[in-house]
Amino acid sequence: MTPQARRLVPLIVAVVLFAVLPFVIPSFLTFQFAFAGAYTCAILGLTVLTGTNGQISLGQGAFMAAGGYTLAILAHSAGWPPELAIPLAAIVSFVLGGIVGVVALRLTGAYLALATFALAVSVSPLIKRFGWITGGAQGVTLPFSRDSRVLYAESWGIAALLLLITWFMLRGRIGRSLRALRDNEIAAASFGINPVPYKTFAFALSAAYAGIAGALVATATAYVSPDTFGLQLSLTLIIGVVIGGLDSLWGAVIGGLVVEFLPLAAQSINVAATSLIYGIALILVMILIPGGIAGALRTLSRR
Amino acid sequence: MHFSRRLGVLAIASTLIAGNFISTPGLALGDAPGVTSTQILIGGTHPFSGPAAAYGTISQGIQAYFAYVNDNGGVNGRKIVYKDVDDGYNPAQTVQLVKQLAEQDQVFAFFNTLGTAPNVAVQPYLNQNKIPQLFIATGATQFGLEGTKYPYTLLFNPDYQSEAQIFGKDLVAHNKNAKVAIIYQNDDFGQDYVTGFQRAIKGKGPTVVKTASYEVTDADVGSQMQALKASGADTLLIAATPKFAVQSMVIKAKLGWNPVTYLTDVSAAQFLMQAATKAGGAGATNGIITAEYVLDPTNPGMAGAPGMKLYRQILSKYGGKADPNNAFVIYGMAAAYTMVDALKHAGKNPTRDSLMNAALHLNEKNPFFIDGVTLSTSPTDRFPIRQEQLGKYVNGLFVPYGFVIDARK
Amino acid sequence: MLISELAEQVVSGLATGSIIASMALALVLIYRSINVINFAQGEMAMFSTFIAYTLIDRGVPIWISFALTVLIAFVGGVAIERTVIRPIERASPLTIVIVSLGLLISINGLAGWIWGYDVHAFPSPFPQTTLRLGGVVLSAQDIGVIVTCLGMLAVLWFFFGRTRLGLAMRAAALYPTESRVLGIRVGWMLALGWGLAAVVGAIAGVMIAPIVFLEPNMMQGLVVYAFAAAVLGGIDSPVGAVVGGLILGVALNLMGTYVSFIGTDLRLPAAFLIIVLVLVVRPSGFFGKQSVTRV
Repeated sequence: MTPQARRLVPLIVAVVLFAVLPFVIPSFLTFQFAFAGAYTCAILGLTVLTGTNGQISLGQGAFMAAGGYTLAILAHSAGWPPELAIPLAAIVSFVLGGIVGVVALRLTGAYLALATFALAVSVSPLIKRFGWITGGAQGVTLPFSRDSRVLYAESWGIAALLLLITWFMLRGRIGRSLRALRDNEIAAASFGINPVPYKTFAFALSAAYAGIAGALVATATAYVSPDTFGLQLSLTLIIGVVIGGLDSLWGAVIGGLVVEFLPLAAQSINVAATSLIYGIALILVMILIPGGIAGALRTLSRR
Repeated sequence: MHFSRRLGVLAIASTLIAGNFISTPGLALGDAPGVTSTQILIGGTHPFSGPAAAYGTISQGIQAYFAYVNDNGGVNGRKIVYKDVDDGYNPAQTVQLVKQLAEQDQVFAFFNTLGTAPNVAVQPYLNQNKIPQLFIATGATQFGLEGTKYPYTLLFNPDYQSEAQIFGKDLVAHNKNAKVAIIYQNDDFGQDYVTGFQRAIKGKGPTVVKTASYEVTDADVGSQMQALKASGADTLLIAATPKFAVQSMVIKAKLGWNPVTYLTDVSAAQFLMQAATKAGGAGATNGIITAEYVLDPTNPGMAGAPGMKLYRQILSKYGGKADPNNAFVIYGMAAAYTMVDALKHAGKNPTRDSLMNAALHLNEKNPFFIDGVTLSTSPTDRFPIRQEQLGKYVNGLFVPYGFVIDARK
Repeated sequence: MLISELAEQVVSGLATGSIIASMALALVLIYRSINVINFAQGEMAMFSTFIAYTLIDRGVPIWISFALTVLIAFVGGVAIERTVIRPIERASPLTIVIVSLGLLISINGLAGWIWGYDVHAFPSPFPQTTLRLGGVVLSAQDIGVIVTCLGMLAVLWFFFGRTRLGLAMRAAALYPTESRVLGIRVGWMLALGWGLAAVVGAIAGVMIAPIVFLEPNMMQGLVVYAFAAAVLGGIDSPVGAVVGGLILGVALNLMGTYVSFIGTDLRLPAAFLIIVLVLVVRPSGFFGKQSVTRV
C-alpha cells in the first residue's frame, strides 16, 4: 500500500466508526457524543488559532457564549429552528472574533492570554447585565427538542465539515503563512506575509468555530444560561487542544472526546480528581509530549 | 506494520467501549424502573466541583439519613440507594447526567437536584418522560407555579419570594414608613427576593429607596454597602449568600449604620453570626431579623430539640466526613426525611405515579424543622414549605420573635 | 455626595486595592525572574492560606502559624520552580502559559481533594476596631492591610536594591549568561524568585481570607483584578504593581458606586477593558520599562 493510502486508513476507520456508533450505543451515550462533537468544533478553532498560528486564547468559551446565545435568542424570540440559526451564530461570532482579533494584534504571548482570560471571566456579568435580551440569570429555554441521534448527526456532521474545510485551508498558503507567523513573525513579515489579515482571520475563524460549537451545545441542552459558558469552559477547551495535540486535526477530535468523557469517568474516583488529572496532564504533556496525544501517536506510528 | 497496529488498537478500543453499552436498555417505559424487591434507586445532581461546590455538602446529609433509614428496615422493606453525581452547576452537564441516570441506571426518580438553571434545563425531559423531579434544591418561585405544564416537578425549599414576603409582612406590621435598601446577589435567588419583597410591601407604606447587587465573583461588597448607607434608608434587606452576608453585616457596623436589618435564612447560621460579631462588633449583628425553617446546628438554643439530637446521632454513626455544624448537611437531612416520607406513602409497590401522588399529598411534621413549621403539599399547592419562624438576634443568639408566619396568608 | 462618604469609599478601595496590589506584586516578582505571568499565583496563595488554617485549627498559636505558613510557602514556591518550571525555562510563551494554567488547575483540585469545598471562617491578624477621623470611619483591618502591603513593597525594594542577593537575582533574570560567568547560580536565583512570590501571595491570602472566607475558589474573583493591576502598573515594576493595585481598587469602588452605567455588576468587564486598553496603548504600563526587541 502506498504511504498516502496508509494514512487514509485510520481516517476511513474513524469515519466508519462514527457513522455506525449511534446505531449501536444507547441514546444517552449518543447524546454525550453529540456534546463531544460540539467541543471538537470549538477545539478545532483553537487548533487553528493557537496551534497553527500561535495566538494563545483563553477566551474561546466567550465566543461559544456568543454563538449559543445568538441561537437561543433567535429560537426563543423569533422561532428560528436551530439548523437555520447555527450559520447565523457562526457569522456573529466571526464578526466578534474579528474585532477581538484586531485588538489582539497588539498583544502577544502571555499578554494575549491574560486579556482573553479576562474576556472569559467577563462573559457571565455581561450576559446578566443585558438581561432583557439574554434572559439574564434565568437563562433562555429553547422551544424545541431534538432526538439524540439527530443531535449527534448535526454535531459530528458539522465537525466533519469544519475539519475538511480546515484541512484544505491549512495545507495551502494560508496554513504556511499562519505557521510562519507563529514561528517567527518578524521573519515572516519580511518575507511579505502581512500579519494583519492572517492573524485577524485566524481569530475570526476560531471564534466562528466556537460560535458554532456554542450553538450546538445550546441546541443539545435546549437551554442556555450564564452558567453554561463560564471560565471553566474556556480553560477546558485549552486543556482539550493541548492534550489532544496542538496543530493537529486529529488532536481536535481527541481533545473533544477527552474533555467530554474524562470528567464523567473521573467522577467515580473522586470529584476533585478531574481538576487534578487535567492539571497534571497539562503539565506533563507540555514538558514531555508537547505534541499531545495526537503527536505521541504520530511518533509511535513512525517507529 | 505500523498503521495496522494503530488500526488494531482503535478497533479493540471502540469495541470495548461500545460493547460495554450495547446491552443496556434504553428508557424504560414501565412504571417502576429502579425498584427491585430489595432496593429503590434514585438519582440526583449536585455541584461537587467548581464555584458552587460548597452546596455539594448537602449530599452528605442526605446520604447519612438514607443510611440510617436503611439500617432500620428501609422503606417498606427496601433499601434506598441514592446515586448523586457532579454537574458542576453547569446545565449542559446536568442534562447529560440526568439522561444517563434515567436511561442507563434506570433510576426510579430524581431527588434534590440542585440549582435553578440545572433544574430548568432538565425539567422538560423529566416531565416528558414522566419521571418525578422531587424536592429540588432551589427556591426559585417559578417551580411552584408550573404544575400544569410540569406536573412531575416539585420544590422543597420555601421559595425566595415567600421568604421575602414574610419579611415584608413583618415590616409592614412594624414600620409603615420604612425606607428600605436591599443588597442582593445578582442571580435568580437575589432577584426573586427583591421581587417578593417589593410585592409584599406594595401599596402598604414602606418603599424601596435603593438596591445594590453583587456578583458571586466579587471580592467584597464594601462599595455596595456604602452606596446603600448613602441612600438614607432606615431598613436593610440582605439577600446574600453566607460570605457576602457576613461582609454586609460587618461593613454596616463599621460604617456606623444601624438600620433594621432582615437577613435571608441561607446566611443566618450561628457560626456566621458569630463571625460577623467578631469582625464587626455586637453592632453588626444585634437586632438582626431572620426567618428560619430548618434547625441550626450551631445555635445552642436549639440544641435541646429532639430533631437536633437525632441529627447528631445519625451523623455520628453514618455521617462520615460530614461536618455537623454545616447548615447544608442538616438541610440535606431534612430533605431526605421528606423523600422517605413520600416513598413510604407511595405504597408497598411504588410506581412513579404513586410516588408523585404521595408527594403531592404530604402533610408532614419534619423533625429537622423548627417547631411550628410544617410541610404540606396538594395538587393545587406546590409550595411545600411556606412558613418560617422569625427570629431576632439578641445577646448573641437568635430568639424566636413573633409567630411562625405563613406566606400563604 | 458627602466628602466623608467619598473618603470612606476611597479608603475601602485602598484596602481592597492593597490585596490586589499584593497579588500583583507577587505576579511581578515572578515576571521579573522568568518573563512569565504565573496564572497559578492566586491558587498558590489560597493553598498557603489553607495550610495556615490547618495549623491554627490544630491549636498552633496564630502568629506562629503565620510564620510557619510563610516558610512553607517559600519552600513550596522554590520546589515548584525547580520541578515544574525548570524543564521549560526556555520554552515558548505558550508552553509556559499552559504549564502555569496546569498548576492553577492542579492546585485548585488538590485543595478541593484535601480540604473539601466547605466555606471556613478565618481569623484576622488585625484587631477588629474602628477609628473615626473627622467623620470618616476607618477600620483597623483596612489600615492594617494597606500598611502590610506597603511594608512588603518597602522590604522588597530594599532587598532588591540594596542587598547582594537581591542584586544577584536581578542580574540572573536580566542577564543570565553574564551572571553565570560571574559565578551566580542562575537557576537557584530564579527559584528564589518563585519562593519570594509565594511568600507575598501567602501573606495576601492570609489578609484576605477573613473577609472573603476560606475555600478553594476564594482567589478566583481577585485574580483578574491582580492581572489588571500588574498590567496597569507595568508587569516588570513592583512599584507599578502596587500603585496599579491601589488605583484599581479605588477606581473600581468609585466606578461601582458613582457610575451607575457600570454599577457594581460590570466591574469585571471593566477590569478586562482596562487590561486591553493599557496593553494596546501603553504595553509597558505606567511604570514599566519600554522594551525594544532587537531583531
